[in-house]
Amino acid sequence: MSENFIELRNVRKEFAGVVALNDLSLTIRKGEIHCLAGENGSGKSTLIKVMSGVYQPDAGEVHIDGNRVENLSPMASIEHGVQVIYQDFSLFGNLTVAENLAMNVQLREQRRVLSWRRVREIAKEAVNRLGVELDLDKDVEQLPTAGKQLVAIARALMSDARLIIMDEPTTALTGKEIETLFRIVKDIQSRGIAILFVSHKMREMLEISEHITVIRNGQKVADGPTSDFDEALITRHMTGSDIVSEPYIWNREKYGVMPPRVETRDLSSGSDLDKINLSIKPGEIVGVSGLLGSGRTELALALFGMMPGYSGTIAINGQETTLDTPQDAIKAGVAYVPEDRLSEGLFLTQGIDRNMLSTSYEKLAPGLLIDQNKAEEWVETMIRDMQIATPTGKKLVKELSGGNQQRVVIARWLLTNAKFLILNGPTVGVDVGSKAEIHRIIRELAQKEGLAVLMISDDVPELVHNCNRIVLMHRGAFVEEMASVDTSEDQISDKLKNLT
Amino acid sequence: MAWFQKSEVVIAGILVLAMILIGLVNPAFWSLDNMFSLLRSNIIIGIMALGVLLVMISGGIDVSFPAFAVAAMYLTIKGMLYFNYDGVVLPFVAAATMGALFGCLNAFFVYKFRMIPLIVTLGTGSMVRGFLLGVVGTSMININKMPDALIDFGKSDIINMVKPDGTTFGLTAMILVYVGLAIALHFVLRYTMIGRGVYALGGDPEAASRVGFNIRKITFFIYCVAGALAGFAGLLHSGMIWLANPRDFVGLELDVIAAVVLGGASIFGGRGSVLGTMLGVFMLVMVKNSLIIMKIDTTWQRVVVGVIIVIATAITAWRDRRANA
Repeated sequence: MSENFIELRNVRKEFAGVVALNDLSLTIRKGEIHCLAGENGSGKSTLIKVMSGVYQPDAGEVHIDGNRVENLSPMASIEHGVQVIYQDFSLFGNLTVAENLAMNVQLREQRRVLSWRRVREIAKEAVNRLGVELDLDKDVEQLPTAGKQLVAIARALMSDARLIIMDEPTTALTGKEIETLFRIVKDIQSRGIAILFVSHKMREMLEISEHITVIRNGQKVADGPTSDFDEALITRHMTGSDIVSEPYIWNREKYGVMPPRVETRDLSSGSDLDKINLSIKPGEIVGVSGLLGSGRTELALALFGMMPGYSGTIAINGQETTLDTPQDAIKAGVAYVPEDRLSEGLFLTQGIDRNMLSTSYEKLAPGLLIDQNKAEEWVETMIRDMQIATPTGKKLVKELSGGNQQRVVIARWLLTNAKFLILNGPTVGVDVGSKAEIHRIIRELAQKEGLAVLMISDDVPELVHNCNRIVLMHRGAFVEEMASVDTSEDQISDKLKNLT
Repeated sequence: MAWFQKSEVVIAGILVLAMILIGLVNPAFWSLDNMFSLLRSNIIIGIMALGVLLVMISGGIDVSFPAFAVAAMYLTIKGMLYFNYDGVVLPFVAAATMGALFGCLNAFFVYKFRMIPLIVTLGTGSMVRGFLLGVVGTSMININKMPDALIDFGKSDIINMVKPDGTTFGLTAMILVYVGLAIALHFVLRYTMIGRGVYALGGDPEAASRVGFNIRKITFFIYCVAGALAGFAGLLHSGMIWLANPRDFVGLELDVIAAVVLGGASIFGGRGSVLGTMLGVFMLVMVKNSLIIMKIDTTWQRVVVGVIIVIATAITAWRDRRANA
């Protein structure tokens, strides 16, 4: 018997002349937790598809259980016990949990007529195997993300999986939910099932895995036991360069004497916000940390005029202002980059130029017509300043990577001459290289232009490295404020865990 | 989900309420005579609605079925006259087969070119109707030429009653055909893998193919069955009214889609049931019937159907959005 479950040897895959995987070898041993690290576009998803039989490699060999497998098809891959849990989970929101759980088994048995009693039996067994509680009669779309993920995992286990590939499983989860997921992953491993964890979150990889493989540009650049790696090393391998992060220092001498960009007094709104007193001076980057539902998003919304009917006062640049609509906020110089930039912030099927200018058209068209020359000039300057990787401003936003999309949103707000920028989860779903670049841009804007920034994030290291102050929010109120030079990531993480 | 939250229960509740209201305004509504004629009006719209339901659950929409129905009906009766054939079973098989073939055309474009079903069915419906009038003919086939067997079949009743004034009325046996087809479709949707595949396809096409459903087979199944039901309903209709009119069923798509949406099917796909659809059909037919009894102009009936579509769609859309939140 071989120690290895699946082995890829010198695999190569090209798409229309573009090399996606180049001479790549990967070995996953039975029952191990293996991490596959790589930036967006490094070939991670192509690799997953080779293992799940969706793509046939152009060269190289696939071995399962020590035997060479030729022409691995999706069906054959499933029969060998390879299960992929995609980011979107591939569940049916309109069907019940029970039916979702039983679907694969029923299809594999090639049934024509189905018995609902059998569906229930299969579903019960699936839930028991995973040892979790799920309401089998609920429609899947009524479950929270973490619940959907459990359904997807339980379904995978029902297919007698021997390797479960999880594609970015923690992206949409909160800290507590990630802990639960890790517990389940360990439990699955104890039954001899291997797990391939595909991620670009360093901290998680180091915590959960036993073996790490890093790929870049379709090639393997490093692999070894997890104990041989640390965050800096993985980052270096992933990006091919060192990313050093120094804490952000606020220029107190320059900006300390100026009035605060934003100041709230006893800002409250229903049960969401409870007497928030916040003051941010020019050049400051203030981080907000807190669990989901702590009121951090509501704070952002209130400051952007999306929580009309608040009590207390908001002053922008020392002037008390009523912010009842986003238009009020924009006029006052407030900018907001929402949590889900894809659905809330961008027009995906439009070009970079139109996206950037969408909040500036009033300024571009003092009369009836838009000043096209000025518009082009603005867009060109922004693409250059923000270092957006595109040959032209006409390129559609949906064709850009996550990092570049985020830059388009930020550029849009800079064009409005915003003085106060609210960022909600600024680097969710952005790879390490772009993330560092976005951080650099924000810090530079704060330092040089005197922009005041409110940064809301789940990513504690992100806050510690980029903010000069961090406030902890819970149940709609500020519970603690820390200077980031006096605190550490672990301290904040501990504090977050102790909140109830 | 609690029983009182089920869409079918809600629709049934609204239906009963509406019936009580209409009955108060017009006591003649509850007469057996009126009930029988109401049920009779359910049959053709109902059978077509079953086909539309299937398409809508899969996330599509069908506006070609009235054209398919009229083409299958007219061609079948022309054929019967040409061959001097007088029977029942074979013509219905022929009409359903023709409908299924037209449906294949829809499925081909929807599957192969990933086209939007609305555009595909608008096009195929228009083509089929145009060909029928241009190539086959535009003349009506009246009762004197209609095949006798079809008329006799359409005339059969399950209950016959005599009114005090001596005239008779009855409940047509065609209601059994409708209920039979509905039960069959209910079974397929609820208890077969291909039926669940239709729901899966409407829920998430990408996921459906990933878990191993044969999308091509399911797509062809959906549109062929919808076409077959339309063809069948078309011929049944001419048997019941003793007339084959190649310009029939114009504008019927709106009524049928309204009935299906009223029955709780989601315009986004993935939701809908046979029972709900039957209730929706009954509600729509009843409202139109009451408008006639109240002597309201037919043009205003179009307004009512339009309002029903908008309100019913708004309610189901709101329901689905809330479920997704």
